[in-house]
Amino acid sequence: MTLLEDTKYLEVEIWRGDAAGGEFQSFQVPAYESQTILDVVSWVQQNTDPGLTYRYACRVGMCGSCAMMVNGTPRWTCRTHVKKVADGDRLRVAPLRNLPIIKDLATDMDPFFDKWVAAEGKHHPSKSREDQIEQIDPENSARVEANSGIECINCSVCYAACDTVAGNPDYLGPAALQRAWTLYNDARDAKKQVILDAVSGTGGCHNCHSQGSCTVHCPNELNPMKAIAGLKRETAISFLRKAR
Amino acid sequence: MRKTYRGHPLWFAYLLHRVSGLALALFLPAHFYLLSLALTAPERLDYFLNFAENPLVKIAEFGLVFGLAVHMFGGLRLLALEWLPWSANQKTLAASAVAVSFLISGTFFLQAI
Ligand code: SF4
Ligand code: SF4
Ligand code: FES
Repeated sequence: MTLLEDTKYLEVEIWRGDAAGGEFQSFQVPAYESQTILDVVSWVQQNTDPGLTYRYACRVGMCGSCAMMVNGTPRWTCRTHVKKVADGDRLRVAPLRNLPIIKDLATDMDPFFDKWVAAEGKHHPSKSREDQIEQIDPENSARVEANSGIECINCSVCYAACDTVAGNPDYLGPAALQRAWTLYNDARDAKKQVILDAVSGTGGCHNCHSQGSCTVHCPNELNPMKAIAGLKRETAISFLRKAR
Repeated sequence: MRKTYRGHPLWFAYLLHRVSGLALALFLPAHFYLLSLALTAPERLDYFLNFAENPLVKIAEFGLVFGLAVHMFGGLRLLALEWLPWSANQKTLAASAVAVSFLISGTFFLQAI
């Protein structure tokens, strides 16, 4: 590639490889106003190396598919501006931590989603189609608690930031546990005890050290640490009740 | 230091809690052993008590009291986080735990010298 004299370039290192291993490869990418990390990665794929593998869909922070490690920190790349995170003009983009790598920047998110199911992060209906629709009071405190977690976009940024996930591959992780907490607080969910049992096993909520990296990095400003503290409390109370 | 996902206050609070806990776990057996000397070998205990007048030991004691206090207040914060209704100011609480511990260990140090 010939560099143009009057253009400013970013020094970008992008991780290339697959499950067997890999290394960083350097690229020079023209710098633009209001450029996002995803713009940079796309530019490389469109102009320098069409073989670069990465994932995105919505480009507006809705789908949760574009998360990567940017200069050592997990971020949603479509809504992360270069000027906010670049180290001078240097960027280092790597696949999300704590997940198996498929190729280059694309990780295998199966373990992340499998854990949502393992944490009973799925709706357990309490009514059939014959029944009246449940009336939900938006002011109700359990509903307020449930609402605080529903904006999760499954991006796995929290999962990548969590040292407990790194240390214990069975740990369900912040997003799945927060989902379980949301459903636990949802009046329409019929299986609260099933949820509590699912989140109190060996990989459950009690593994969490309350470091709060999940909460610091969640791009939607959710608070999985708080949700997990709620689960710890409710599982302990339910345990004590059973012991009586 | 290169910025990573770890460099935030609650992560440092976690680190401090772990390190102080480990330090106390290592200290306590030695502490109990020395106390037991009062029964088994009083003259050796006296020797250690003399040794404890050494200024360097005083500084180490300051560290010890700080570690003990910060582990206790940090632990209380975690207990509150897990058992009481959520409070949003966890960073402030963690910082207060460090500040109070510093106050206590500082006072102790000033008393000791
Ligand atoms: S608070 Fe818990 S879930 Fe969140 S990053 Fe820390 S250990 Fe992981
Ligand atoms: S909790 Fe936040 S960081 Fe975690 S998956 Fe949901 S949106 Fe992403
Ligand atoms: S591309 Fe959809 S969240 Fe970034």
